[in-house]
Amino acid sequence: MPEQSQKTSELTVWLIAVRDNRDRAAFAQLFDYFAPRLKGFVMRSGMGSAQAEEIVQDVMLTVWRKASMFDPHRAQASAWIYQIARNRQIDIIRKEHRPIPDELAQDPGSEPDASQILAFDQEAEQLKTAIDQLGPDQKDMIEKAYLGDLTHQEISAQTGLPLGTVKSRIRLGLRRLRKELEGLR
Amino acid sequence: MSAITHHIPDAMMAAYASGNLPHPFAVVVATHVSLCAECRAALGAHQTVGGALLERSDHVSVSAGLKSDLMAMLDDPVVPEPIFERQGIYPGPVVEALKGKPPRWKTLGMGVKQSILSETGGGSVRLLYIPAGQAVPDHSHNGLELTLVLQGSFSDETGRYSAGDVEIGDEDLEHTPIADAGDACICLAATDAPLRFNAFVPRLLQPFFRI
Repeated sequence: MPEQSQKTSELTVWLIAVRDNRDRAAFAQLFDYFAPRLKGFVMRSGMGSAQAEEIVQDVMLTVWRKASMFDPHRAQASAWIYQIARNRQIDIIRKEHRPIPDELAQDPGSEPDASQILAFDQEAEQLKTAIDQLGPDQKDMIEKAYLGDLTHQEISAQTGLPLGTVKSRIRLGLRRLRKELEGLR
Repeated sequence: MSAITHHIPDAMMAAYASGNLPHPFAVVVATHVSLCAECRAALGAHQTVGGALLERSDHVSVSAGLKSDLMAMLDDPVVPEPIFERQGIYPGPVVEALKGKPPRWKTLGMGVKQSILSETGGGSVRLLYIPAGQAVPDHSHNGLELTLVLQGSFSDETGRYSAGDVEIGDEDLEHTPIADAGDACICLAATDAPLRFNAFVPRLLQPFFRI
């Protein structure tokens, strides 16, 4: 899927433009790409259209305001936005602030490492291909897990859930990420 | 800090990323990730899966005005959210649970102290202070218990746990953790049900101590 892989790096480029240049045109592109997907994603977990749009608006506003925290060496644009969306939904549904880990200190002077960002993108692409190749039951289960419809006991009880397979696809990335994170401590 | 050897299991990390982990356990996972590069990378992997599913999600068109409304909001003044930074041995998520204040220790006897951070019908999360060489009362669990070491270390029937390590206890685990020699052991402990103590604190007194 060449179109898709091009798209992925485009998302990263847009988000970096928002982060570094407060680029409204790039933000508008991100909105066009993510808003309908976010709305579909949020409505999958049973939310109505109006409330889903409120969440879409909140999430995209958070993307604009917290863009300085996006690090393309450590996260894909979609992964970063996924976590913002889930946090927001939990805050609204449970009316409690979801505990989140300490931020890692970023080295302000460091130049982006294009080859590393690209390698990360490619691994994420492989992961998407792996997800596309799942059977319908497995795919359904994995969607339920990441939409927050399954408890951790239910996730561990799902022997058919290819959590390990999915993770092994990004094992290389994980190893590199871990090394890098250890260097930051 | 010695290497962390006891981590968060995959299913629990996936549930944390998706937001479907009871609050007391989410505090422990967020604290462990603050300390553990391996689990931070694992959380990154789960977020990547979530992001992939988001990219693959069905499109549902948004209302015509949503985008222009949002673009008009970009310059609105922002009320900054409070940021809870690490204080000493306590990572940000613990500081947040403490509401930025120091722990309020209550004595449980034999030098053991606790500071309850939150307690609801859905479970509790607390700090435990165990002097070196002292045992935590022998107990088993009605549900699941996560114990994360923040300072010192303890050992029990299942192994040795030092700073950053998480012990996961279920209903089958009946254990007697003993703080190792050296610094007093300070742990973050979360449960989704009240603990059952077999000795040390009689059952009748449990409501009094809230343990």
